[in-house]
Amino acid sequence: MTLGFYPGCSLKGSSREYAESVVAVAKAFDIEIKEINDWNCCGATAAHNLNRELSLALPARILSLAEKQGLNEIVVPCAACYSRLTVTKFELAKDPELRKKIVAANGLEYSGTAEVLNIIQMLNKYVTTKLEGRVVKPFDHKVACYYGCLLVRPHAILKFDREEDPQLMDELMLKAGATPVDWAFKTECCGAGLSVSRTSSVGRLSGKIIRDAVDRGAEAMIVACPMCHSNLDMRRGAINSFLGEKISIPVLYVTQVIGLAVGLNFKTLGLQRHFVNVTV
Amino acid sequence: MSKIGVFVCHCGENISSTVDCAKVAEAAGKYDGVTFSVAYKYMCSDPGQTIIKNAIAEKGLTGVVVASCSPRMHEPTFRKACAEAGLNPYMCEMANLREHCSWVHEKGEETTQKAIDLVRVLVEKIKYNHSLNPIKVPVTKTALVIGGGIAGIQASLDIANTGHKVILIEKDPSIGGHMSQLSETFPTLDCSQCILTPRMVEVAQHPNITLYTYAGLESLEGFIGNFKAKIRKKSKSIDEKICTGCGLCITKCPNKKIPSEFNEGLGNRTAIYVPFPQAVPNKPVIDRIHCTYYTKGKCRICEKVCPTQAIRFDQEDQIVEAEIGAIVIATGFTVKQPDFFPEYGYGKYPDVITGLQFERLASASGPTLGEIRRPSDGKIPQKIVFVACAGSRDQAKGIPYCSKICCMYIAKHAMLYQHKVHSGKSYVFYMDIRAGGKMYEEFVRRAIEDDGVNYIRGRISRIYEKNGKLIVNGADTLLNAMPVEIEADMVVLATAGVANEGAEELAQKLHVSYDPYHFFAEAHPKLKPVETNTAGIFLAGACQAPRDIPESVAMASGASAKVAGLFSQDELTREPLIAVVNRQPAPVYSSCVGCFLCISACPYQAIEKEELRNRNGDLIRSVAKVNPGLCQGCGTCVAFCRTKSIDIQGYTHEQVYSEVMALFNEF
Amino acid sequence: MSSDPHYSIPAGLGSEVFAHTEVKVSHCYQCGKCSAGCPLSEEMDYPPSVIMRMLQTASPELEERVLRSFSIWVCLTCEMCFARCPMSIDIPKLMDFLREKSLKEKKANPKAKEIVAFHRSFLDSIRYTGRLYEIGLFAGYKARTLKIFDDMDLAPKMIRRGKLNIIPELIKDRSGVASIFRKTIKKNKN
Repeated sequence: MTLGFYPGCSLKGSSREYAESVVAVAKAFDIEIKEINDWNCCGATAAHNLNRELSLALPARILSLAEKQGLNEIVVPCAACYSRLTVTKFELAKDPELRKKIVAANGLEYSGTAEVLNIIQMLNKYVTTKLEGRVVKPFDHKVACYYGCLLVRPHAILKFDREEDPQLMDELMLKAGATPVDWAFKTECCGAGLSVSRTSSVGRLSGKIIRDAVDRGAEAMIVACPMCHSNLDMRRGAINSFLGEKISIPVLYVTQVIGLAVGLNFKTLGLQRHFVNVTV
Repeated sequence: MSKIGVFVCHCGENISSTVDCAKVAEAAGKYDGVTFSVAYKYMCSDPGQTIIKNAIAEKGLTGVVVASCSPRMHEPTFRKACAEAGLNPYMCEMANLREHCSWVHEKGEETTQKAIDLVRVLVEKIKYNHSLNPIKVPVTKTALVIGGGIAGIQASLDIANTGHKVILIEKDPSIGGHMSQLSETFPTLDCSQCILTPRMVEVAQHPNITLYTYAGLESLEGFIGNFKAKIRKKSKSIDEKICTGCGLCITKCPNKKIPSEFNEGLGNRTAIYVPFPQAVPNKPVIDRIHCTYYTKGKCRICEKVCPTQAIRFDQEDQIVEAEIGAIVIATGFTVKQPDFFPEYGYGKYPDVITGLQFERLASASGPTLGEIRRPSDGKIPQKIVFVACAGSRDQAKGIPYCSKICCMYIAKHAMLYQHKVHSGKSYVFYMDIRAGGKMYEEFVRRAIEDDGVNYIRGRISRIYEKNGKLIVNGADTLLNAMPVEIEADMVVLATAGVANEGAEELAQKLHVSYDPYHFFAEAHPKLKPVETNTAGIFLAGACQAPRDIPESVAMASGASAKVAGLFSQDELTREPLIAVVNRQPAPVYSSCVGCFLCISACPYQAIEKEELRNRNGDLIRSVAKVNPGLCQGCGTCVAFCRTKSIDIQGYTHEQVYSEVMALFNEF
Repeated sequence: MSSDPHYSIPAGLGSEVFAHTEVKVSHCYQCGKCSAGCPLSEEMDYPPSVIMRMLQTASPELEERVLRSFSIWVCLTCEMCFARCPMSIDIPKLMDFLREKSLKEKKANPKAKEIVAFHRSFLDSIRYTGRLYEIGLFAGYKARTLKIFDDMDLAPKMIRRGKLNIIPELIKDRSGVASIFRKTIKKNKN
């Protein structure tokens, strides 16, 4: 079965290594993934902050394209895009009047049948059961699994894991040979879209996250969202500023950890692209 | 031939101001079957009643229609008057000309005509009335009290002191309930056990009370005054008659690491144990789930050391059958545990405890002998946070109600803490302060003003642990929701008071209603707080809703008064306005076909199956039979019966039909 | 829009809130749990529970302050408040609505200039290409805010790591996306 792939804008640009690692892991486990043809930006934070209809129409277009291209199941590695697509599905299913309006704006047919998976769901469905047998270089480090906001909230719509102290990423990392630490900032916001417009806030919020992870003995942060990665990695300067200390804990994507564990190449997984050096 | 008397009341001006009473009486007098019709100013008064009684005697009336106020007002009055004059009281009906006519319409011809019609309806009905006699049901004068907490104890003592017998059953090895776990009680800071244990001993020694502990209700049958209860006495593995309560077995038991239920998991107990030193009865039980002998077949040390050889490993549960006249449910409540709260750590932080656990810490007989110590490392906390409304008033968590007692016990806990740890700092995060009882508000002010407890208005978003401290994130909503973060050594959650786990099962055994939260349902929230909708079963204490000790005691005494009232007669008299399934001579026996739809429809389980037998004793068929002791006359079965075999006495098909047809002026 | 006969529609902005978001402001009993858990609470002029209270009063002056507040713009829509609210009030949805209304009435707080500029530049970028063109986004943002020298060191570092596309990715159906913009946000002249 062909799994649809919606990379989203970050995976094409500033978080390219995430896409590289997703593709590499899919290839290693013989999962056929196909990028949705001619996909558009989902609108991310900007759209829902400024206009509700736009924020629903853009993701609806993506889902319509997926349906049209026969991709009934799509993996969306970016947590923000995953959130937008799932929320759009939910809102349009709940309100038929709204659905009509959005379909009219899009000019595309929409049935709401395409299933949207986040990266953890995709891995658990297609990779996890085969993982243990394939591990050749267990990722033998203490890791702090950082879920961020949009993978687990709002629970009523996403229905993924649990809102407080989620466990699915931790369990996955355990299978890759890592030791997840129990820490207190798993789902606290990193500062999200304020990365450019209010970097000091990101320094504060992401700084608190890094501080707790490091204090608990974590050697690496594991993320499943390009925005979180960007704030924890690229904005390390602002974090160090806030903490008054230079912290060098690296930030890896879940797919990169899995890739390393099954023996994939450092460069294949894009690990050289990080701002904070990753030494394995 | 009917000889009906119509008595139209002016009710002062209540009726006569809008209805022409003289005209109504005149119109009624012309009806077929009416031989006497009169109007008077106050029918319910002595002279008014005399008019009725004289008319019955002089005119030989066979039926009386009093056209006046609502039957809910004076039906008993007029029926009694008729009875005194020798007329069966159920041959007296009332036409409501006040609430149904004069009070809701303007003065005029139409209003008077409506009054005339209303009288007509009742005149036609009464032509089909039959004499009815009240139903008598015998009463067994023994009460069953389920639950041995303060409410159950109070109820048992009150009923026993009226001279009646009581069977008190309690599921734990000792009576006392939650009150025995408390350290001091608000608002007096009395030592809880000091005021409770004398009562407990009184119960044990009272000649009228039979106490079964480690026991529960197995099943219940019957109806008010005539219940049959089966009580399961769980095997204590001890011969209670021989055991002296010396306690040697407890000291010698090697299995010492079982979490103590009485200490809310903060301390341990042995497998053979007495829950607390002042337990009543002060005889141990063996916990078969943890005892080494029952789980692995080894040990038996208690048997070896017992000086009177009272250990009985092979003892089985015993079923005791008892005939009961009334039941008081006093099963109490429980509190939510910290694992219910995801944002407070899912129960994984040992220093985040419940209010009841704090009581055990504060208690002189508790696991820390009255010193407030952290469960994790035994250190005395220097900063303690109390969280109000942990679970209560929380729709998202499914507990929208207020648990009532927490505001008070939090103030108490904070005060006790400050008294014991002079240098300590305590914080209370609250939403509101509910201190409505006598001396309650003053008590809370003492905590704030005299003992320096810091009250912050705002709910806590989350608690997490770091470096041995508990980080509490709250907000002060009285200061523009300013964030407040406290690094606490201990957090006490005032968790929601909820129904006991077995409440639903017990309610179903007793056929008592309960609400969505499994609290037992009172018959009327305002005026019948201690009765249930099931005749003969009463409520006391927190099993009905979270409540404090004074209210539980008051309710228990109230329930006891109801029981005593029930037992003050040898027979119960009930209104005969109940359903009856018809019986006819052979070969029909009854028009009931035995579909028993009525049994499933009856909300009071008042319908039974009766086997019809011929003179040889052969079974013909089963038909429905209404239990006159239980039927409340609601009429649901009448609506369900497809063969019209059930009728309500006093409201038969004929009677109701005649009322309707009277309105159409067809008769 | 209410199918709930027991809910009395409040006056003022609260009724508009209900019509657009189904959020019932009367449900808030001011417990403060949202403000306590909000990561940006200390940077807000009015933390979320205070915003709710202001809406409850139906006072035109306070409603005006809500629309002109900084809070609604610095809110990250992290959904923490909604996750913890005991009355399950959808505060993030409320915030989205307040933001849209604030812009429509040209009441956006001046302190939020950069934040609004960022969102606008982001949308401008995808309107023309269909996908985010980061350089375009930065250019637009710097033009709007005149923060020309911010993050200047970032671009070369990103280019070195292959994270910055010099050439924008253009989707084929750009007119389709532009049309979506026309029929939604542009219609409201945001």
